Amino acid sequence: MTPWIEKQRYIIDFTISSLLRRKVKNIGLLALYTLIVFILASTMFFTYSIKKEAKLILQGSPEIVVQKIVAGRHDLFPVDYIEPIKAIRGVADVESRLWGYYYDSLVQANYTVLVPSRPVDKSQSNARTTVVVDPNDPHAADVDKPLYDYDGAAPEAGTIVIGNGVARMREIGVGDFMPFMAFDGQIMNLKVIGTLSAESELVSSDLILVNGADFRKLFGIAEQFVTDVIVTVKNPSEVGMVAGKIKKKLQSARPIIREEILRTYDSIFNWRGGMMIVVFSAAVLAFVIFAWDKASGLSAGERREIGILKAVGWETGDVIQMKFWEGAMVSLSAYFSGVILAYIHVFFTGSAVFEPALKGWSALYPHFSLTPYVNAEQLTTLFFLTVVPYTVATIVPTWRAATIDPDTAMRHTGE
Amino acid sequence: MRHSTLFFLSLACQAGLLALLLTHASFSESLQKTNLARKAELVENLRLTDLCLFTEARYTRHLSQADLNTAFQDHPLSLEHFPSGSFTQPTLEQFLP
Repeated sequence: MTPWIEKQRYIIDFTISSLLRRKVKNIGLLALYTLIVFILASTMFFTYSIKKEAKLILQGSPEIVVQKIVAGRHDLFPVDYIEPIKAIRGVADVESRLWGYYYDSLVQANYTVLVPSRPVDKSQSNARTTVVVDPNDPHAADVDKPLYDYDGAAPEAGTIVIGNGVARMREIGVGDFMPFMAFDGQIMNLKVIGTLSAESELVSSDLILVNGADFRKLFGIAEQFVTDVIVTVKNPSEVGMVAGKIKKKLQSARPIIREEILRTYDSIFNWRGGMMIVVFSAAVLAFVIFAWDKASGLSAGERREIGILKAVGWETGDVIQMKFWEGAMVSLSAYFSGVILAYIHVFFTGSAVFEPALKGWSALYPHFSLTPYVNAEQLTTLFFLTVVPYTVATIVPTWRAATIDPDTAMRHTGE
Repeated sequence: MRHSTLFFLSLACQAGLLALLLTHASFSESLQKTNLARKAELVENLRLTDLCLFTEARYTRHLSQADLNTAFQDHPLSLEHFPSGSFTQPTLEQFLP
């Protein structure tokens, strides 16, 4: 073993002994430091993964959604508007959508009620969303067998397909009836013929798929109206232009293009958002306190220790190396522990710490597990945000103390 | 055992565990591809526009479809009382010509 490595090992041995002499203080420091790294890393992993997943999933969202706006608010979209949109050059197809919200006073939850459009048959993978029943559902004859493959077709009149979140909240499954109060006060009992798979909860947890006639009966919407329309464009590069033409032709229309949908989810959990800035400012503040504590000078005991070390023959470089190892040991241990705990927290426990904040006032919250997207860039950013400032902040005051005369260092202890 | 040996051992264990987790991330990513494709297909089939993240209000459930003026729409003094409002922000840029 080279003498240099052996020397470093002796310095580390001494540093650890020195740290253990102030056990309570240093363990507290390490725990707090780990907590800060854990919060920062959890936030980073969660936001990056949800953004990436949103980007991948929502690639299939409509190219253009056109709403009608009246007095700054959404209004029902007249079917008469469809033909003028179809006449715009570049438009391949216009399809109407019927969807809305239904408040279930029994469980105080909001559901999204949707009439499925015709299925897209361009799928090459032939992958279907498997719809399975809840394993606890007493009506299921065979819980392992998928009962219903959702192929995009609208349910028949009097039947519904429900999202897994709705099934969980209402404790219902295939074969059960779900009552709805229509706009005129009449009760509609719709039969559940399938539940959407638990794996798709991130997009379908609160969905209730109904037949078009049932939807109109439930909300009292006349045949001349739909909720909004979606426009397919022949040339994808002309989406913006077609949206502009729609806006020009129908002044009360509000076109929303796919880019905007994707951008909405790209800007979610942005660091400038209320809750996020609280998390980040708390972490930054804690780091400032750490750095201030270290940079404002050493404690009387530490100063005396340096004086003694220099008096017994340690050189300034050795003392700085010792303090470097002290900073590196604390920050590296905190970094690794914080990152490992954050990974377990976000990808194995479903972000249990963040859940109360994410749930907000929602009665129905999807259960979903994120795909772990972790890359070197995230880990490097975290490393430079945490390990480097702390280690540097440890060395600077030590250098100041280590360059003065040992006698002075020992005398100015304040003790 | 020397303190330095213990320290390097613990550091190696932590680094090893992190490497294992990164391997898990890499494997999960490829395993989840089919699942993601199915979700994307469901989105395409049902013409969905948003993730079901916040179901507390209609304008938080479908963030991309919400009114541009979401504050004040429930009550004249309602600036924003849903916690999810603090995770989101309006799309300020317009791609439209």
